[in-house]
Amino acid sequence: MHRFAIRFAALGYVGVILLAPISMIFWRVEAEGVGKAWSALTAADTVHAFKITLILAAIAVPLNTAFGVVCALAIVRRRFPGKGLLNAFVDLPLALSPVVVGLSLFLLYGRTGWIHFGQILFALPAMVLATIFVSVPFVAREVVPTLREIGNEQEQAAHTLGASGWQTFWRITLPSIRWAVIYGVVLTAARCLGEYGAVAIVSGRISGRTETATLRVQDYYENLDQAGAYGISLALCVIALAVLVVMTLLKPKEGTA
Amino acid sequence: MTTFLTIVVVLPIAALVWSSRSDGASGFWSSVSAPEAVSALKLTFAVAALVALTNAVAGTLIAWVLVRDDFRGKSLVNAVIDLPFALPTIVAGLVVLALYGSSSPVGIHLAFTRAAIYLVLLFVTLPFVVRTVQPVLHELDRSQEEAARSLGAREAGVFMRIVLPNILPGILSGVAMAFARAVGEIGAIVILSGNLPFRTEVASVYVLNESQSGNAAGAAAVAVVLLGVSFAVLLTIGALRRLATRHERA
Amino acid sequence: MYLFTMMMNKPKKLILIAAAGAAALAVASAAGASAKSGSLSLVAYSTPKPALAQIISAFNKTSQGQGVSFSQSYGPSTNQAKAVAAGQPADLVFLSTGDDVNLLVDAGLVSSKWSRMSYDGIAANSVVVFVLRNGNPKHIKSWADLLKPGVTVDTPNPFSSGSAKWNVMAAYGAERRLGKTDAQATAYVKQLFTHVVSQDTSASNAMNTFLSGKGDVLITYESEALNARLQGKNVQFVIPHQTMLIQLPVAVLLNSKNRDTANAFALFMKSVPAQKLFAQFGFRPVNPKVANLASVKKEFPQPSGLIRIDDKYIGGWRAVDKTWFDPKNGRMVKIEQGDGGPSSG
Repeated sequence: MHRFAIRFAALGYVGVILLAPISMIFWRVEAEGVGKAWSALTAADTVHAFKITLILAAIAVPLNTAFGVVCALAIVRRRFPGKGLLNAFVDLPLALSPVVVGLSLFLLYGRTGWIHFGQILFALPAMVLATIFVSVPFVAREVVPTLREIGNEQEQAAHTLGASGWQTFWRITLPSIRWAVIYGVVLTAARCLGEYGAVAIVSGRISGRTETATLRVQDYYENLDQAGAYGISLALCVIALAVLVVMTLLKPKEGTA
Repeated sequence: MTTFLTIVVVLPIAALVWSSRSDGASGFWSSVSAPEAVSALKLTFAVAALVALTNAVAGTLIAWVLVRDDFRGKSLVNAVIDLPFALPTIVAGLVVLALYGSSSPVGIHLAFTRAAIYLVLLFVTLPFVVRTVQPVLHELDRSQEEAARSLGAREAGVFMRIVLPNILPGILSGVAMAFARAVGEIGAIVILSGNLPFRTEVASVYVLNESQSGNAAGAAAVAVVLLGVSFAVLLTIGALRRLATRHERA
Repeated sequence: MYLFTMMMNKPKKLILIAAAGAAALAVASAAGASAKSGSLSLVAYSTPKPALAQIISAFNKTSQGQGVSFSQSYGPSTNQAKAVAAGQPADLVFLSTGDDVNLLVDAGLVSSKWSRMSYDGIAANSVVVFVLRNGNPKHIKSWADLLKPGVTVDTPNPFSSGSAKWNVMAAYGAERRLGKTDAQATAYVKQLFTHVVSQDTSASNAMNTFLSGKGDVLITYESEALNARLQGKNVQFVIPHQTMLIQLPVAVLLNSKNRDTANAFALFMKSVPAQKLFAQFGFRPVNPKVANLASVKKEFPQPSGLIRIDDKYIGGWRAVDKTWFDPKNGRMVKIEQGDGGPSSG
């Protein structure tokens, strides 16, 4: 019967393309030795790399959240010249290669670039900027459709009743978009955690200083330490699965107010 | 808000575009037409097109099964589809290498070939078409299909004539996103591409290598080409969205 | 501005977040920029990490090295040199060719007298070897064997990797030693590159590619082959009769904020304890006190036809760089383009 064939094809595709590779992480960690993987995971440089990853996310997520909310409000509720351009630049990081992001930062802050103060490149500031750039769109994109759906009758009512702009935002707008914001935050955080290309170009890959968890995976792999590479990958995979669970739980709520 | 966007996104992009013109139009052209650059761009677009096409079919199929079919574990499969969004791409590259590399448990040895690039890009782009088609399929009014069936149309005909036109904008915007993603992907490819210029080097790896070896102008030129493609994709998606809403109103 | 009225509606939140962001960037920038006394930034080529890890520990146990913290960056030698020239912070560099150190001299970051330091500025040696598949099924042992039909070769990319430059000059030098002319030896290199199937950015990546099953032979450092063995990989290699002496330079940067400590470490790398560690990790020591030990001599046999970069028919790095590796007119550019290979790193 058609139905089983289609189901089989679809599930088979997901199995081969998605699930088979993922299962390799567990298989390889076991094959290479859990002990070796663990010692790589707990090595000082690795711990530091995870710290750096967290710092980058801790800076990028709140900034992009605030920006995303403000931006979504502007796009949905206001009319102004250049709105299309704004939209395009906000969405750009979704369609843009991370190496292009990294290179543009490299050119802006490099020796022949336009901005020279302090040590930006090959240090944390450039990595922060790269992480923010690549994760800009998510909150905005999640909030925009929700705002569109809700409409602004409630806000208008609040205004006529004398509420200030800040009160209206805090008491009415924000609660109505909270699930969209939270979902956007989760996507932003996941993107920050997984960033590789942009940060690779601007960081200088200095162990113990400018390496992130993802750069560390490559570091171990390049040093013929497969156990280490898979160990860190396993940790990242576990985090990704946790993110996935949160995303799945939030999804139905995201569509509602 | 605009200052934030300017500092974070606009200024760097401006610096990139400016750099690529610093050698003049002829400098830009010679960088872009360098044999290795051309080869990398060709490979990139060819593989990305293939990936986009595969996703068009597979993504629609999967979305169909998730919306119209029912079976045990369906919600699990639905959840798992988003995994490529949550997983760092370098891990994706590593595991595809493990599966198809020299120590492959299934005896398939494709590492460092174009086939491996294709497979890992399929992994990374899996969710795009599925997630754009699902909501459309979900919202679809089945009465037209029922009517067609009661008039004797076959399943395939029902799909082609009634369902497909309605979900086509959804498929196309998912395909556009998948294409853009495939063109720009770096993390999943860098470990497994084997970096054989002219054979398995894609544009993003070319930009990475050139930028690290001091050829900023060459890197910038190809990067600007990629930038152009990204903008084109965004414009396409925007147009498709407008088309879709017009379609709805009609 | 239209947006201004809207932004006024939530001033507090925005100001708070903007301030947090600015503060975070400032802190991050300050933390990165300050060179704490007693910390060294070492920028090195791709393969010596395990050896250097031990040497740094040993240095920390000396009076001069106590409490000195190191940050280390490893990557393809030429790319690393270019990164430092582009502003990557470094106190000292440990690269794989004098050519890459000269790059820094030309950028004004290293003294032109770097090769007048002890042991000509060299911290350790190695030689060019062929890493083979188990059992050597294609019976490869000489440079001529590399040209046998069907033999596939791995080497890194000469425009990003120091190792690759050594490989090219070793191939060229071997032919010259066997009596060929400059033109014939160059033709050999050209032919060799038609057999090359992989040109990774660094020696380390090339080893990975080879171990993943690609290519019949990998041309690399002896130290990298021995390093792979130490990591538990089943690696078989042969030293061709005609091979090149690889000299690995260390240099302190002129703008280092910790020059004394950096110089102390550079000197320590050439001292007996560090040289013994180098030997343990597969490097050939430069310090004769260690190089002449019986155990070391046994482990590192002297090849019969050892070529040096300063040999007359090679001419030293400056000459080699101009003739072979000039990015526009060098011989390698022509060879790679002819084969459809990379013409840059």
